[in-house]
Amino acid sequence: MSGRNSLSSLAKPFDSRTEWVTFFLLAAFVIIFPILSQMGMISSFQVGVWGKYLCYAVLAMSLNILWGYTGLLCLGQCLFFALGGYAFGMYLMLMIGEDPVYKTALPDFMDFQGYKELPWHWKPFYNPFFAVFAVVAVPGVVAFIFGALAFRSRIKGVYFSILTQALTYAATLLFFRNEFTFGGNNGFTDFKFIFGADIREESTTLALFVASGILLLVVYWGLAWLLKTKFGKVQRAIRDSENRVRFSGYSSTHYKVFIFVLSAIIAGLAGALYVPQAGIINPEEMKPSKGLDIVVWVAVGGRGTKFGPVIGAILISLLKSWSTRAFPEYWLIILGLVFVFVVLFMPDGIVGLFEKAKAYLRARKGGESDSGSSNIPVEAK
Amino acid sequence: MAVLYRDTDLTLSAEGVSKSFDGFKAINDLNFYLGDGELRTVIGPNGAGKSTFMDLITGRTTPDVGSLTFHQPDGHDVDLCKLREYQINRLGIARKFQTPSVYTQHTVRDNILLSLNRDRGVLRALFYSETQQDRDEIDEVLEIIRLGDRRDELAGSLSHGQKQWLEIGMLLAQKPRVLLVDEPAAGMSDEETERTGELLLSLEGKHSVVVVEHDMEFVRQIARKVTVLHQGHVLKEGSFDEVAGDPTVKEVYLGRQKHTDAA
Repeated sequence: MSGRNSLSSLAKPFDSRTEWVTFFLLAAFVIIFPILSQMGMISSFQVGVWGKYLCYAVLAMSLNILWGYTGLLCLGQCLFFALGGYAFGMYLMLMIGEDPVYKTALPDFMDFQGYKELPWHWKPFYNPFFAVFAVVAVPGVVAFIFGALAFRSRIKGVYFSILTQALTYAATLLFFRNEFTFGGNNGFTDFKFIFGADIREESTTLALFVASGILLLVVYWGLAWLLKTKFGKVQRAIRDSENRVRFSGYSSTHYKVFIFVLSAIIAGLAGALYVPQAGIINPEEMKPSKGLDIVVWVAVGGRGTKFGPVIGAILISLLKSWSTRAFPEYWLIILGLVFVFVVLFMPDGIVGLFEKAKAYLRARKGGESDSGSSNIPVEAK
Repeated sequence: MAVLYRDTDLTLSAEGVSKSFDGFKAINDLNFYLGDGELRTVIGPNGAGKSTFMDLITGRTTPDVGSLTFHQPDGHDVDLCKLREYQINRLGIARKFQTPSVYTQHTVRDNILLSLNRDRGVLRALFYSETQQDRDEIDEVLEIIRLGDRRDELAGSLSHGQKQWLEIGMLLAQKPRVLLVDEPAAGMSDEETERTGELLLSLEGKHSVVVVEHDMEFVRQIARKVTVLHQGHVLKEGSFDEVAGDPTVKEVYLGRQKHTDAA
């Protein structure tokens, strides 16, 4: 009988012991990994790689609250990730300082293109606080405008998915253009300083890893809380019977716009932390195929489960990293096979498989002892 | 438009309403008045416009011509043609769909909880806390629809008939002035049908209820005033016996029914 009050459940967002254990294992990983690296047991390179994976996990979670819990399959989630990344990348570009060849403080691609002065919309990005604000605001505003238009016009299902894919494709084409002042197909790279620290220092790598880990834990906790509130219940009700929601006095449009904007902001934050760790951002990141990758992560891990997107994003990234070295030609085929296998045989992904195994074991044990009280569904209360 | 005389105790009036889909006149110059606390049964052959009529009242679609007016208890009239579904619902017009639509992945209790007529804005939902009053109202509804002992089960695990009841319960939780109930007895056993009839009859006087139904036995059980729709138009209004004895009604509806029964 927990969680009567939505604010009191902010302190206790998880329902079962398994969920708490999962969260603390995740937290333990975020804490222990840097410690091991300090002890020299993990290379700085590995810390950098895993920091990026944590950003992917956050990105996957941002899609899961749309797709898994609201029934909105967004194929353009990579756009919001890239927009957050670009916004923060603008700050990083300005922190590079004077170019040794051109002797200007302009980003080098502007030198190539003959700019004499920084365009007006770049100027505020000298301020790191403005950059962080833009990381939240740019994806949020884009999602708000697109979401409000799409949801007001009752665009849903596969039509919504296709439109989000078209949106991210259009954005890719726009960002490829040099005149768009964001570096064209080269994007941003060669970052040097972040918040005054040298970006290539080991301590910076570690700090970025920890920041990504904290973002992951905060988002994980926050979304678990959200699902427990009445808002979260309405969200899942929209997924299961939107008409009923609308004919029960809720404006499902308002709810969908809110969740779409929230999801875009989370994706943007993940992108902002990803870019300094990857060292580069270019329009490749918002290509429609990247959006599909995120869908695969969520499907493999377990759509509509709290932990699924995290494990899906990390495992697929590990698989990619291994197979692009071992069988570089076959990576896309391997990914395709994994996806088809999961869709056919594991509809609830890895987490679903785990739940099934647990239910099976419980049923076997239940034959001997009374298990009447444990039949209540996990998310029932 | 000329001001029409109306009784002060009306809740809903539709005047001169027409609606076409691709040239097909689903509703054709329809006039319909619903009294306060009245239980009305609407019958008619397939394609008579029953569902379209409900869609019009609840804002799912808007009429080409004509007016749809909701008469509030305080004397104010609201033009329903300009409102969206959720706004019409908040006025106190609740609708049950033909196929039961409940939230299958939520518990029976949460289905009712989500239907309570509280502030349904986004921010309120984020910081909503359940009160004792909410709990009492949920219990009350669960008792009426006799699902109290299944409150913690997922709605998806209920039988078809129980889902129909749950949806009626979700309507009651909204404390509406008007209930529009589309084929409540569809897919129910005889006993369930009879209990559904009793439930609807018990609502008379407290709510205005419009029941759309096909099953003539069920109509006979609950009938007070019956409206027969035919080709988007009111063919006949009156008591069950009046309607059933009318030769034109027999021809377009009961006659065809008999014919199909024989076949």
